[in-house]
Amino acid sequence: MAFESLSEKLQNVFKNLRSKGRLTEADVKTALKEVKMALLEADVNFKVVKQFINSVTERAIGQDVMTSLTPGQMVIKIVNEEMISLMGSETTQIDLKPANEITVILMAGLQGAGKTTTTAKIAGKLKQKGRKPLLVACDIYRPAAIEQLEINGKKQDVPVFSMGDKNNPVNIAKAAIEHAKTNGFNVVILDTAGRLHVDEDMMQELENIKAAVDVHQTLLVVDAMTGQDAVNVAKTFNERIGIDGVILTKMDGDTRGGAALSIKAVTGKPILYVGMGEKLSDLEQFYPDRMASRILGMGDVLTLIEKA
Amino acid sequence: TKTRKSIAAGFDYIFSGFSHIDDDFYEELEEVLVMADLGVHTTEAIIEELKEKVKEQHIKEPAQCKALLVESIKAQMSVDEHAYDFENETSVILVIGVNGVGKTTSVGKLAGQYKKAGKKVLIAAADTFRAAATEQLGEWANRAGVDMVAGQEGSDPAAVVFDAIASAKARRADILLCDTAGRLHNKKNLMEELRKINRIIDKEFPQAHRETLIVLDGTTGQNALSQARQFKEVADITGIVLTKLDGTAKGGIAIAIQAELGVPVKYIGVGEKIDDLQKFDSDAFVDALFTTGTPEGGDEND
Ligand SMILES: Nc1nc2c(ncn2[C@@H]2O[C@H](COP(=O)(O)OP(=O)(O)OP(=O)(O)O)[C@@H](O)[C@H]2O)c(=O)[nH]1
Ligand SMILES: Nc1nc2c(ncn2[C@@H]2O[C@H](COP(=O)(O)OP(=O)(O)OP(=O)(O)O)[C@@H](O)[C@H]2O)c(=O)[nH]1
Ligand SMILES: [Mg+2]
Ligand SMILES: [Mg+2]
Repeated sequence: MAFESLSEKLQNVFKNLRSKGRLTEADVKTALKEVKMALLEADVNFKVVKQFINSVTERAIGQDVMTSLTPGQMVIKIVNEEMISLMGSETTQIDLKPANEITVILMAGLQGAGKTTTTAKIAGKLKQKGRKPLLVACDIYRPAAIEQLEINGKKQDVPVFSMGDKNNPVNIAKAAIEHAKTNGFNVVILDTAGRLHVDEDMMQELENIKAAVDVHQTLLVVDAMTGQDAVNVAKTFNERIGIDGVILTKMDGDTRGGAALSIKAVTGKPILYVGMGEKLSDLEQFYPDRMASRILGMGDVLTLIEKA
Repeated sequence: TKTRKSIAAGFDYIFSGFSHIDDDFYEELEEVLVMADLGVHTTEAIIEELKEKVKEQHIKEPAQCKALLVESIKAQMSVDEHAYDFENETSVILVIGVNGVGKTTSVGKLAGQYKKAGKKVLIAAADTFRAAATEQLGEWANRAGVDMVAGQEGSDPAAVVFDAIASAKARRADILLCDTAGRLHNKKNLMEELRKINRIIDKEFPQAHRETLIVLDGTTGQNALSQARQFKEVADITGIVLTKLDGTAKGGIAIAIQAELGVPVKYIGVGEKIDDLQKFDSDAFVDALFTTGTPEGGDEND
């Protein structure tokens, strides 16, 4: 695997960094060159990498090296700390209104990111917490999108509100909230169609939904395998409709998931959950520290440092 | 579009904004290539090669350098003239890839194209796993005006393919398109399932031409390399369908895949409608990725 060779590379860098005491500029630069490559290979956006490397360089030069570490490890320790603080230092919960009010959650994202699946996964989680969720089929475009949500809803034993594909999503959302009011649901999750961030009409549709109904949480669903464009996607969705949190899907794959760092860096919004599979129970809490070492691709090196 | 313009603008900028070829120039070039998802390794290889050519040919002007680079990527990405021969033979086309990349949609679009070209097309709904996968493909079969063979939800996908082959033979279909469930390439059991489907086709329909298309999402970064590599181990991949190229400048990872694995892009997806699928044109692709082409270029990135 690519991960191991990276660790090996870093170990080799460490071996060659012999100076003790303070971190010299040369130490820092050599170690950070490998880190930069690792981050780019992990799909962290080039500009985000540049900023990150600059701030780590500034912080690291002149620092005392702990006796238990080599200078290279010391740099990695600083890198790791900076990464975690960038990713958000603790896990965050999805924000809900009190149970006697209706919380409206809007799911948005690119095509195929995992919105419909995640909608049903979240409903399951909220149900476990004693909430009464209602799923709403606002995707009127994709063939069988409604059936897909209905099947998933049934699996989770959560009702699905739909009006077919002849009504517009704004009206569907409004009607769904009325339906929730009269039928005792306290969370309404709107599953919307996938859309490109550069698709003017489709972005406008989301703005219209948000203008028409009181959306409490807008969640951006992002495929963990997304490349350099993740920053533009996250930035545009955040600027156009405003997002409150991010869900990273398909993390059960072997991607390093650098998009997570890019998205966090450009939006500042927390990553709430990670999708870990196709089953509707495969939704997990997001742990910034685990994500940091996954992106760096050197869990074993970090374990070494943590012990120090 | 904005992103397409910005990458292209960056690219044009380094070739017009630099008066000579130096380290800064190459560094800027590296940035542009990485930002287009080519990945560090492919980017380095391209730049090394470029440096050599620049030396050999005594090139001094960044503009000449640009032409050199663009031409070499175009040549690398160009599709063999026999790449689409299967369209005129009795063929089984197996469509595979990770979750949500656009397999089902691409099957629908391909069915529409082949049908339009006068072929007798049959679709096999071998995704028996995902919720409403068959209903979704059924709608595409309707749109394309072709027949579909399906199984029960949860049934063995290899059995669906088996039935579909029998049906294709009986009806003397020209092309059998098999949609499969999305699967991440690191899932052993799901990859084994694919191997089994492959065996069934080989065994039951040896006289047919075999075409195996891996669908890659144009938004995907470096992981697409891992996908291509590992799907290649269980299936004899003959081409890539690169989807979601409408709107933004994406799909640079295909250059890395072609460089490392030699798998050509055969089709691109440029939207969600039935006609939004095109045969791959390496000139157009590289131009769209790296040059503005239109006078409107010049949007900034941040
Ligand atoms: N392996 C894995 N697959 C996932 C995960 N989340 C979603 N998927 C799969 O990804 C594919 C797309 O998921 P959908 O929920 O249909 O995505 P979507 O965003 O609603 O798609 P559109 O509505 O077409 O934009 C399906 O095959 C899902 O089973 C995950 O965390 N892991
Ligand atoms: N914009 C755009 N969207 C596309 C394109 N191709 C597919 N899509 C969309 O991407 C989403 C996923 O497409 P599917 O065809 O369901 O993908 P899949 O690979 O079959 O997904 P699974 O079977 O769940 O693994 C749908 O919303 C499609 O409409 C394309 O070329 N451009
Ligand atoms: Mg959906
Ligand atoms: Mg499908």
